[in-house]
Amino acid sequence: MKWARLISIGLLVLVAAACLLANFLAPAPYAHQFRDLPNAAPSHQHFLGTDDLGRDRFSRVLYGTRVSLLLAPAAALLSSLLAGLIGGFAGFVGGWTERIVMAATDLFLSLPWLFLLITVRAILPLNVAPMTSVVITFALLGCLGWAGAARVICADARTFSQSDFVLLARASGSSGFRLLWRHLIPNLKPILFAQFWISIPVFILTEANLGILGLGVAEPLPSWGSLLRELESFSSGSTQPWQFVPLILFIVVVSSFHLVLTKQELPA
Amino acid sequence: MAKLAGKILIVVLLGGFLGATLVRFAPGFGVDEEELDTRLNNQSVQAMRDAQGHDRNLLAFYSRYLAQLLHGDLGVSRTLQRPVSQLLAERFPETLKSVGLGLLVGWSLALPLAIAVVMSRAWLLDTLSNLLVSLLLCVPAAVLALLFVLEQVPARLLLSLVVFPKVFRYSRSLLARSSSLPHVLTARAKGLGNMRVLAWHILPTAAPQLVALAGVSLSLAFAAAIPVEALCDLPGIGQLAWKAALGRDVELLVNLTMIVTLVTLLANSASDLAGKYFRTGDA
Repeated sequence: MKWARLISIGLLVLVAAACLLANFLAPAPYAHQFRDLPNAAPSHQHFLGTDDLGRDRFSRVLYGTRVSLLLAPAAALLSSLLAGLIGGFAGFVGGWTERIVMAATDLFLSLPWLFLLITVRAILPLNVAPMTSVVITFALLGCLGWAGAARVICADARTFSQSDFVLLARASGSSGFRLLWRHLIPNLKPILFAQFWISIPVFILTEANLGILGLGVAEPLPSWGSLLRELESFSSGSTQPWQFVPLILFIVVVSSFHLVLTKQELPA
Repeated sequence: MAKLAGKILIVVLLGGFLGATLVRFAPGFGVDEEELDTRLNNQSVQAMRDAQGHDRNLLAFYSRYLAQLLHGDLGVSRTLQRPVSQLLAERFPETLKSVGLGLLVGWSLALPLAIAVVMSRAWLLDTLSNLLVSLLLCVPAAVLALLFVLEQVPARLLLSLVVFPKVFRYSRSLLARSSSLPHVLTARAKGLGNMRVLAWHILPTAAPQLVALAGVSLSLAFAAAIPVEALCDLPGIGQLAWKAALGRDVELLVNLTMIVTLVTLLANSASDLAGKYFRTGDA
């Protein structure tokens, strides 16, 4: 499956480059309305037509993909760091600290992830500025997504802290912090990296779920959630199949992440 | 068993407290739109505020709630103005039906397909099923819900599409691992038929993990029920949780958090116990 992995990496690089160059590639700003052309068909001016508010769909896809593709890794980084700090510390210290931290982790894991996330997001303010909604959405993903990874990291940290090389380091007079910094963290890096990669497609999917429910990134800023929400206005007799382009792009990107992950998942 | 029950009870109570904490500190908590009604005088507004006053102190609220719970009283929903027990009695069977049907259809599709892929070792079937599963794993549950509404497909079937890919993926990997064990290879070498190898050598080895997977799939279906019920307008507890969160309805949300936590923990614990039973049986 090496070729599939290479194709996936190529696709991800292509999509990421297109999003980063959105300012140059997009024919219009994402919020600009062509009031005379609502629901327009694809043309030279609008490659994917316009939405029901007359906004260029291609521009919105580029900017929306940029929001999701930049912030899902940021949220994944936050959750991996939290998992590393909480799980790593608990596994290293052990004893009652580990039991208490793992009990808190169990509490988080006993609440289904989507239930917790939707509930917390619905509780937070919804009528906020677009950038605030972006920060709230992805900070929430990062802050609530650490529990599963923390459990894995705690188990590994416990194993490492009881291993021979740590015992030798202790016997050589290494202090707690030095042990943590020089011996434990470098060994936890591959696991943290794998958790980071695993989290990205999960967070992209979750943001899409939140966006469709109206709990994601606020208008007029596009994200994959709000772009997929447009499918609400699609009817079976519709003659606008290009409305499905964001969904197809979404599937391509998420499946590319899954295919890239296959090798990354192994250390976990 | 008693230790497990105690652990479940503590986690459920903590889950409820977490739900209450979230609502209590949420922006807009305690603000009632009815207070803006110009026909109400100051005394009426003050009376309304006093009625909500006991919910403002989190510990006082939760201890009062637990005391009521011991007497079988789940409280009254502030937003829907109805007893929570009544709402749950109406909505819980709906969610159970959706989740039950989703699990039944999901497992009925996934397990036979996984068995067919592993036993036949046909490249085409493996590739096609992998493609289908990858596709379903990449589509958010909420998009599936929208498509089901648009195509007027019964929304109850939707949860099966959420359960199917995960069950297929894990069960296929479990069965493939079991089928490559030395005793299975020996059984094949001795000329045992496919069905016999499956029934006597592969499935018993994979059974504990498959049972554990059943617990996980129940929790998965429950979680997916929220966007599905909210978007497809199914009157279940997922939709109720959605309304409770939007309305900062502390009584309702605490009860729902506890129920969801309890269902998840019971499902996971039951599958763990069943898995242990299978392992003991094997030994």
